[in-house]
Amino acid sequence: MPVKEMTAKEVAKKVINKDELFILDVRNESDFSDWKIEGENIEILNIPYFDLLEGVEEVMDTIPTNKEVLVVCAKEGSSIFVAEMLSDAGLSVFYLKGGMKAWSEHLEPVKIGDLTNGGEIYQFVRLGKGCLSYMVVSDGEAAVIDSTRKPEIYLDFAGELGVKITHVFDTHLHADHISGGRQIAESTNATYWLPPKDAEEVTFEYSPLEGGNVVTIGNTDINIHALYSPGHTIGSTSFVIDEKYLLSGDILFIDSIGRPDLAGLAEDWVGDLRETLYSRYKELSDELIVLPAHFMIIEELNEDGSVAKPLGTLFAENHGLNFEDEAEFRQMVTGNLPPQPNSYQEIRETNMGKITPDEDKQREMEIGPNRCAVR
Amino acid sequence: MNADKLLDAKGLACPMPIVKTKKSMNDMETGQVLEIHATDKGAQADLAAWSRSGGHELVQSTEENGIFKFWIKKG
Repeated sequence: MPVKEMTAKEVAKKVINKDELFILDVRNESDFSDWKIEGENIEILNIPYFDLLEGVEEVMDTIPTNKEVLVVCAKEGSSIFVAEMLSDAGLSVFYLKGGMKAWSEHLEPVKIGDLTNGGEIYQFVRLGKGCLSYMVVSDGEAAVIDSTRKPEIYLDFAGELGVKITHVFDTHLHADHISGGRQIAESTNATYWLPPKDAEEVTFEYSPLEGGNVVTIGNTDINIHALYSPGHTIGSTSFVIDEKYLLSGDILFIDSIGRPDLAGLAEDWVGDLRETLYSRYKELSDELIVLPAHFMIIEELNEDGSVAKPLGTLFAENHGLNFEDEAEFRQMVTGNLPPQPNSYQEIRETNMGKITPDEDKQREMEIGPNRCAVR
Repeated sequence: MNADKLLDAKGLACPMPIVKTKKSMNDMETGQVLEIHATDKGAQADLAAWSRSGGHELVQSTEENGIFKFWIKKG
């Protein structure tokens, strides 16, 4: 039986379509427990490749023959090694091309909707890391929001649509992934907007994103004014696009809320977080569609693979928005903090332009889950 | 630290550093120490985990100029 390759894109389709897949993840146990491919109908088994050097006889019984089997490792070498042994033993198996590194970087563009005066909004779902970024397209122009590290994806997508990127935004200084914003802005001559309170230490030129700014993309107004929304970081800013979509950055997610400790102290910012979620957001229309910068669990994905829900639904269903008592809220936020994302300090310094690690190092810094939320 | 045998696995990608380590270990006596040089960063966590699961002892590991060195005592 030949060993076949499966791309990260094909795996993404399976996750979104809820297809059945059996994954044999051959990374070491600690990497596996840190982070893995998840999906509603994905069954996964972890056996490190170095426990299979003698042969695969012992695991043959545990591998199903009635569904597709994918062998996964960090980069791909070990998965090919194991897949070939399974194949020699008579199984038909795939390996993940580029391994978990490719999975971490893959983006799946999903159209969220049309804008009033023509134009569209797209969400880029980074399934492997739970990052969400956006492109707003109107009248031949485009804006990119909260871009991930590799600019090519957005540049190519804009090219396919025949639009020019004129504005690039980050809702805040990210701590879980390296922003591609600066590179995109440099290569397209677009304006790069950052909230100044998050950008005090950056080493490059940017346009300060402040209350009162209204940026126009083609025919679409991106209204920034009303939504200075600190809490995850001191500068965190949300955008309302076309009076219909609320880009909430890392403040509000579908099933959780932002954590306040990645750039400072939880105790200092939990008050801002409360104010943003329980006062500023309360004043907005319930009908706004919330488009966050992350998801944490695969259940947050809609049928079409998008991550979006009306603000009113979140006020009713999101646990983090339903603490009447401020003290209880503070306790939930500061008492439930998950481990910090891998390399988050170095990621912040890279996003400030203070350090410039090489490509391999940057890729490695980003590997793993995003961990930007508290639930 | 003194080693009984040296394995140069520089430039090799996963899974080869461990495949070669295992092979070298097979020819050694219990208590002897194998010194391994590798450049694949993944080897770090994997060699540690492999040593544990195989009953060997990872005595020491260092990193210098992108070269990882490991000393594993055969169990």
